[in-house]
Amino acid sequence: MTETGPIRMLLAKVGLDGHDRGVKVVARTLRDAGMDVIYSGLHRTPEEVVTAAVQEDVDVLGVSLLSGTQLTVFPRIFALLGQYGAGDMIVVAGGVMPDEDVAAIKAMGVRAVLLQDTPPETIVTTLRRLVAERGAR
Amino acid sequence: MSYIPSDILAERAARGELQAVGRLISRAEAGVPEVRTTLAAIYRRTGAAHVIGITGVAGSGKSTLVAGLALRLRQVGDKVGIVAIDPSSPYSGGSILGDRIRMSELAADPGIFIRSMATRGALGGMARATLEAVDILDLAGFDAIIIETVGVGQDEVEIARASHTTIVVSAPGLGDGIQAIKAGTLEIADIHVVSKCDRSDANRTLMDLKQMLMLGHAAAASTDWQVPVIGVSAYSGEGIDALVTAITRHRAVAFRSAAGQTRRLAIADFRLRKTAENLLAERFAAVAAEGAPPLARRLADRDAGPYTLARELVANLLAWESKHE
Repeated sequence: MTETGPIRMLLAKVGLDGHDRGVKVVARTLRDAGMDVIYSGLHRTPEEVVTAAVQEDVDVLGVSLLSGTQLTVFPRIFALLGQYGAGDMIVVAGGVMPDEDVAAIKAMGVRAVLLQDTPPETIVTTLRRLVAERGAR
Repeated sequence: MSYIPSDILAERAARGELQAVGRLISRAEAGVPEVRTTLAAIYRRTGAAHVIGITGVAGSGKSTLVAGLALRLRQVGDKVGIVAIDPSSPYSGGSILGDRIRMSELAADPGIFIRSMATRGALGGMARATLEAVDILDLAGFDAIIIETVGVGQDEVEIARASHTTIVVSAPGLGDGIQAIKAGTLEIADIHVVSKCDRSDANRTLMDLKQMLMLGHAAAASTDWQVPVIGVSAYSGEGIDALVTAITRHRAVAFRSAAGQTRRLAIADFRLRKTAENLLAERFAAVAAEGAPPLARRLADRDAGPYTLARELVANLLAWESKHE
């Protein structure tokens, strides 16, 4: 919880990746943890995702990727967030990707990478911690 | 990053900065004390936007209709704000806000702003901060602001007390002529839409609604506005033009006619009462947190009746009020 209400979260699927069972499970988990979860639907562009995140003013933008495009998607997302003046948004990643890519996107500013073997409660506690650390905005 | 005062965000929002619009709505939703004076100042600068309420049962096609409508309104030059409401879980307080998925065609257009909102226990079809979000979008220069209510049952009619034009969406196959003459949500429409009218049973629903309205015409005095029934198919695009025409005509009625003036006063009256009600509910919750448990103990012990003890609790609230004035 933020001190003022439920955590708001956008769960996004970007590009040609057509598998969303995982992201739906995560959405349901976060709902049951008391969060407001907005799901983007499949096949979104980084522009669409960032516009939605800014309009919805979410605490956390979560991008689920199973397609291996993380090294091109995240630089674009951070550039767009900067253009909107939304640099304070917490960005996390989920899905499946190689270890070296995890290190690379963390270096770009992704605050947590929650891969396919992450227990649901770890996702919840990680998001709560990141929002609490950020403080009021 | 440091906390930006709400007054400064309001100036940015008035210049059309989308991030400021989004952040102000979040603060309104959270009810942070700092934003309340800003919201009061914002309210005084609003009133230009045409507020369109869209309601109907869950699955009737509200979100899809909103998407089609917003696209068409963009083509005639309006900037369109959308506040889409979905229910919060009564158990966890969380929600899945899924209306946006139906509006993916709108995602890339900077002249469209979509905001999802959870009810957080509010009844009546809207969330507590919905109308504040409408004010903020109005300030930011959106010409038409669509409120999409949560999927309603038969009795959630607040949207008609908050919008200039109320559209009730009915899907085919959900009822007959008796359903159509029942009291409640069907009565509040300025415009009736029958969605999914590419389906063969849509004609029946169109006919039931039209007959219901004809019965009403016989009973009611003539007014400035005849409620149309419009069949719409998002699949084929049929009916959207007719709907936009009806909305434009109703906008003229809502903004210019005597009936429109009366409606505006009714909207203000509703807003006033609802805001006061929320204030009372907030304070009552604070007073009850402390005062209710001992009274509940006495009630459980059959020491006094519920009405007597409830009056005592209300007296606590009034005492609290006079102490804090």
